[in-house]
Amino acid sequence: MADDATFTIIDDGRPTAVPARVRDGAVRLSREALERAIGWALKPEGLCRDAMCVPVRGAPVESADGVDLAGVATALGRPLAVDVAERAAFLGVAAAERARPLAALEAPDFTLPDLAGRRHSLRDHRGKKVLLVAHASW
Amino acid sequence: MITVALDKSAEDARPWIEAAKPSRPEAMHPALVDTEHRLADLYNIVNVPTVFWIDEAGRIVRPNDVAFGTDTFKHITGLESARHLTALRAWVKGEAAALPAGLSARALQPLPSDADQQARAEFGLGEWLYRAGKPEAAARHFARGGELAPHDFTIRRGTMPMRGADPMGPEFRAMRQEWAAKGNPYYRPLADTGARSEG
Repeated sequence: MADDATFTIIDDGRPTAVPARVRDGAVRLSREALERAIGWALKPEGLCRDAMCVPVRGAPVESADGVDLAGVATALGRPLAVDVAERAAFLGVAAAERARPLAALEAPDFTLPDLAGRRHSLRDHRGKKVLLVAHASW
Repeated sequence: MITVALDKSAEDARPWIEAAKPSRPEAMHPALVDTEHRLADLYNIVNVPTVFWIDEAGRIVRPNDVAFGTDTFKHITGLESARHLTALRAWVKGEAAALPAGLSARALQPLPSDADQQARAEFGLGEWLYRAGKPEAAARHFARGGELAPHDFTIRRGTMPMRGADPMGPEFRAMRQEWAAKGNPYYRPLADTGARSEG
């Protein structure tokens, strides 16, 4: 698949350009490209990352054209937005994964820049009460 | 206090952050910019302003609430700042609990649905396309995100500056009227959610 055109897969905000084949709206890529883009490897036992494997149920996600990205997203329970024309896809985070800390009332940590580009994390404020305010100019 | 601006650029957020900059150095706080709406994804934020109270151990003791720091927009929002500020001061001083008796943070904490997260993936793709110089393609995904999560105004209104629409203009007014006509409040402060506060 070395001659396939580049496709950008954005894994929870992190973009990786990999070769992929788009046919009938489906995005297919090699096992190597999949692992490079999202860190999950397709193995006989399912999709694996570190010591964890997720079984792939239903239709096989791999054909002669490669691994089907939408099938991978379904197996991982993650939302996928695809733009075939622009050759880009965004793999988001599952509702269940986002709900877990919130249901336990654990404030999820984050790191974001200020106007000067200095990065700040919520965890730096442990031991103090924090008023967290989301606002916008719109 | 930590403030986070869900804006398309630091330049959009800068005038607001600078206008709110405390005069006393000891009152300085991190004022952050979140162009990718990562905070909205992590905390299931669907509109601004949204505030959280987080205790010393990093626990959410007062989930997604709507509060303004001043009464600048009271004539539009109908929300007074004093009520929240009074409760906040009492909690910070240890004089009162984060929530009134009978209200449970767990019961009040909204959790994201699959549709919410699909909408956020559409936003994420749109935001990346916008940044890649593809505003028309971006707009398709912003629209799809708004259809999937019509209550998520960080997508429906928050993308207006990236779509060349005025977030205070006719598209916003029509959107808000249509939303209200279906019986939905645009702002959902915790005080209005007492009916489902048991737990």
